[in-house]
Amino acid sequence: MFLYIVKRILLFIPTLLGITLITFLLMQALPGDPVQGMAGERANPETLARIRAELGADRPLPLQYLGYLKLLAQGELGRSYYTNRKVADDLLQKFPNTLKLAVTAILFASVGGIILGTLSAIKRGTIWDKIASIISVGGISIPVFWLGLTLMLIFALYLRWLPPSGMGNGAIAYLILPAMTLGTYSLAYISRITRSSMIDSLSQPYIATARAKGLSELTVIAKHALKNSLIPIVTIIGLDLGSYLNGAVLTETIFGWDGIGRYALDGIMKRDYPVIMGVVLFGAVVFVAMNLLVDITYRYLDPRVRVSGTEQNP
Amino acid sequence: MMKNEILQDFGSNKLVLTAAIVLVLLMATAVIGPLFVHYDPLAMDLDSLRQPPGGSHLLGTDSKGRDILSRIVHGARVSLAVGITASLFSLTIGTFAGLLAGYFGGKTDMVLSQVFDIFLAFPSLLLAIGISAVMPPGLASAMLAITIVSWAGFARLVRGLTLSLKEQTYVEASRAIGATTGRILYRHILPNALPLLLVAGSLRVGGFILLEAALSFLGLGVQPPTPTWGSMISLNRMYINSAPWMVIFPGLAISITVISFNILGDFLRDKLDPRMQV
Repeated sequence: MFLYIVKRILLFIPTLLGITLITFLLMQALPGDPVQGMAGERANPETLARIRAELGADRPLPLQYLGYLKLLAQGELGRSYYTNRKVADDLLQKFPNTLKLAVTAILFASVGGIILGTLSAIKRGTIWDKIASIISVGGISIPVFWLGLTLMLIFALYLRWLPPSGMGNGAIAYLILPAMTLGTYSLAYISRITRSSMIDSLSQPYIATARAKGLSELTVIAKHALKNSLIPIVTIIGLDLGSYLNGAVLTETIFGWDGIGRYALDGIMKRDYPVIMGVVLFGAVVFVAMNLLVDITYRYLDPRVRVSGTEQNP
Repeated sequence: MMKNEILQDFGSNKLVLTAAIVLVLLMATAVIGPLFVHYDPLAMDLDSLRQPPGGSHLLGTDSKGRDILSRIVHGARVSLAVGITASLFSLTIGTFAGLLAGYFGGKTDMVLSQVFDIFLAFPSLLLAIGISAVMPPGLASAMLAITIVSWAGFARLVRGLTLSLKEQTYVEASRAIGATTGRILYRHILPNALPLLLVAGSLRVGGFILLEAALSFLGLGVQPPTPTWGSMISLNRMYINSAPWMVIFPGLAISITVISFNILGDFLRDKLDPRMQV
């Protein structure tokens, strides 16, 4: 187990280097001087000098890349062109908001998806199954930003049950619509996995045994079938984090949620390149780190995976 | 499964049939639809701003008095062009890289697989944002961004397929009689991997259309005044309360298109490869 963790962390390093190489190359592709691209014209002379020393155009490209890594190691992701604030500081400040939204969305998606998937597995072939499958195809097909606007229109503007946007000093009502918007894609995905996993479990002999023992149908389903279907479901919940980071850009934009996603949109609108690249890099690192964590937890939870020697990288 | 059997299932499955009809109509709309709409999608009519649906503007007009139906019909071109082109490009690049990695194995595989992993390490929309932000915005940059973020997924799939196909006896036999590597890859491995690749490709078109819509919603794809479904939503979203149709209709267009692609993709996957679960 320990060796496995070490190995996974070592494998994490080339991926991390690759990610930074890509963001570095993207910055090279920017019009103009990469130093300006990272620091902006309004940066104070010390920052500018520091970044120029590492990224200066007079140095060969590989050295510039090493310099870029050195800056990153110092927590220097560049400065916003407009506010001249450190991008790294902004990201850390806004991350908790995004995290809060994402965690709520994951809860919504997991509970909703498991219920929907289970229902359609037990009612297989009926109209309920059809409805559930339409919801699950719809969930992965409807654009997040349009779903958000539609939910806002229905629940906030027509019915006036919930506030249309903003963060309301942490009031839970403000969290509901954005979390539903952000979580729907995953809900649909989880419901599909739950359905196929449950159908699989329900055909196993131990279910027949449980029924033969005279257990109530609810006990059979909740305690026997669902419990044994959970592993693939939990994996999906963990591995689908990328969709939350993607969705956050769109969801936060629509609901005026002050997280990383809206910060990215501000950056895009103003062509504030350090902000855009900062979010891209940050998002990828968070995504990879989370995958690593899920992978290790998964190994820990499911001893069967440990036996099979094949390395399956999710 | 036999071809006829697939066609039979296809005909009896109403949902799939509907999806296929929708897609055919949609392609027709993208190609010849613009000939049939009365209004110029770019013509602003200041006398009829934000007209509700009905009357001479079937789906209403937007905040600049442009006909929404006409803009949706023209927007279909962008969505389909980007979705389909990006699938073909990323499938081609992914297939090539995956074949190399899977067939040659060893160091080649190690390096290439690491590259795939790096591209897959980015949340797709974020990387697409990064790429399109550094390029002059437009149709080409949207296609390129989507291709760059998605080829690695196909590559990994093809690599896996190649790994198992190259162990087949007919490949071994072909090698034994001295066939060149190129011939083995082209004649034996590629044709056997092809059905799965087509399924994988068709499953992704919907996702690519969503990605294009998201990019143009964020102002990064095809630029105004050219109508795209994503930008129609973002340009009109401040009127969601007073004139919701300006946002609702383009969103419906995206949703119906993507749902149809996904239903069709799911069907093909179930029929051609039961192993490839969700």
